[in-house]
Amino acid sequence: MKPAPFEYVAPTSVAEAVAALSTAGGDAKVLAGGQSLVPLMNLRLARPAVVVDINRVAGLDAIGVRSGLLSVGALVRHADLAAHPDVAGWPLLRDALALIGHPAIRNRGTVGGSIAHADPAAELPAVLSVLGGSVMAVGPRGTREIPAGDLFLGYLTTALAADEILTEVRFPALPGAAGSAFVEFARRHGDFALVGAAAVVSLGRGGKVADARLSLIGVGPGPVGVDLAPLAGKPGAEETWTAGGELAAAACEPDSDLHGPAEYRRRLAGVMAGRALARAAERAR
Amino acid sequence: MKRMTLHCRVNGQAVAREVDVRRTLADFVREDLGLTGTHLGCEHGACGACTLLVDGRSVRSCLMFAVQAEGCEVQTVEGLGTEESLHPLQQAFWDHHGLQCGFCTPGFLMAATELLRRDPHPDEQAVREALSGNLCRCTGYQNIVAAVLAAAESTAAPKA
Repeated sequence: MKPAPFEYVAPTSVAEAVAALSTAGGDAKVLAGGQSLVPLMNLRLARPAVVVDINRVAGLDAIGVRSGLLSVGALVRHADLAAHPDVAGWPLLRDALALIGHPAIRNRGTVGGSIAHADPAAELPAVLSVLGGSVMAVGPRGTREIPAGDLFLGYLTTALAADEILTEVRFPALPGAAGSAFVEFARRHGDFALVGAAAVVSLGRGGKVADARLSLIGVGPGPVGVDLAPLAGKPGAEETWTAGGELAAAACEPDSDLHGPAEYRRRLAGVMAGRALARAAERAR
Repeated sequence: MKRMTLHCRVNGQAVAREVDVRRTLADFVREDLGLTGTHLGCEHGACGACTLLVDGRSVRSCLMFAVQAEGCEVQTVEGLGTEESLHPLQQAFWDHHGLQCGFCTPGFLMAATELLRRDPHPDEQAVREALSGNLCRCTGYQNIVAAVLAAAESTAAPKA
């Protein structure tokens, strides 16, 4: 299995990379870690005329905290982010990173690539969604910030234009008292999850639910947000999380595939969501 | 550009070769350099057989283009030990029956090499985690884990 022939461009600046994408006129792919793109190319499911390898672009590998946001450059590898001291303040992200692939995949795969590829079973799009984060994109018309809510449009599809490059991912911090958890079910640790759930829970007076947020993976065309408004004011107890799971199961639209029928995934979504909410609540103060 | 000249070091030797840009790193070491110890199973990043080290970090060489290794230090299984003098990990795989057909072994050895450099005394869970991306159809993994733990315990700690 060999990729189809392509033109290879290895720019050293974001401006050069954007210019290369513009010149290619829509038939180009950005190569970052290559852990999703190259399998597709090896299988010839993707046959881009031009590959723009951004691995030599300077300045895309920074990690830093600025005014409550964890800023992650598009080329930061999963393994490097997981090992970075700043990620300690983002426990949901830390949980999710440990679930991505295997060590050799985390050594190459990038945070920006995972977000831009938008696989519906990938963990990071759900983390970005549930935290209400955003990405920075640079194109011929300048730089823009795209909130997660506007970014994920469908199966492997984002609001990034063909001549835009994702340069930075911004993860907001949780409110101080909130707890979070990422729970998923996979056939084998590190494989793509059948279903996963990212949850954030804040408990208020008397241990009642002040705020609860949930994003599911593997059960829709992208990360699936669940409206948990009905849980507000309910006691922070098992029956509330079970009710949250029922809302999650009702909110998702899973497809059947060789790994499991839609009904199974829907049931699993409810169970994973309930567990994620319960664990997040345990961690809430 | 569809062909480029690649400069890198492979097992300590400087290499300069013109390659197709679509050449994967796995095909480069096997076909162009004749280092056929790196095996190809699935060629889409699922099996781990083609794992080798680039600048000391394990990578799936079927998911990297050779030209991306420009300026890098590549280590393959041929860089571990020789037939006369096995690397402590290779010796441990032999001693503990950590292989049967041997197809997956180079990938396991390279993944384990990275682990023991980072964490010379891993516990069983750490070994299983480090090897989780490599598939073996023969051994059931028990003896592979035992071999890596034994290599970690051996006083001749791997330095290669």
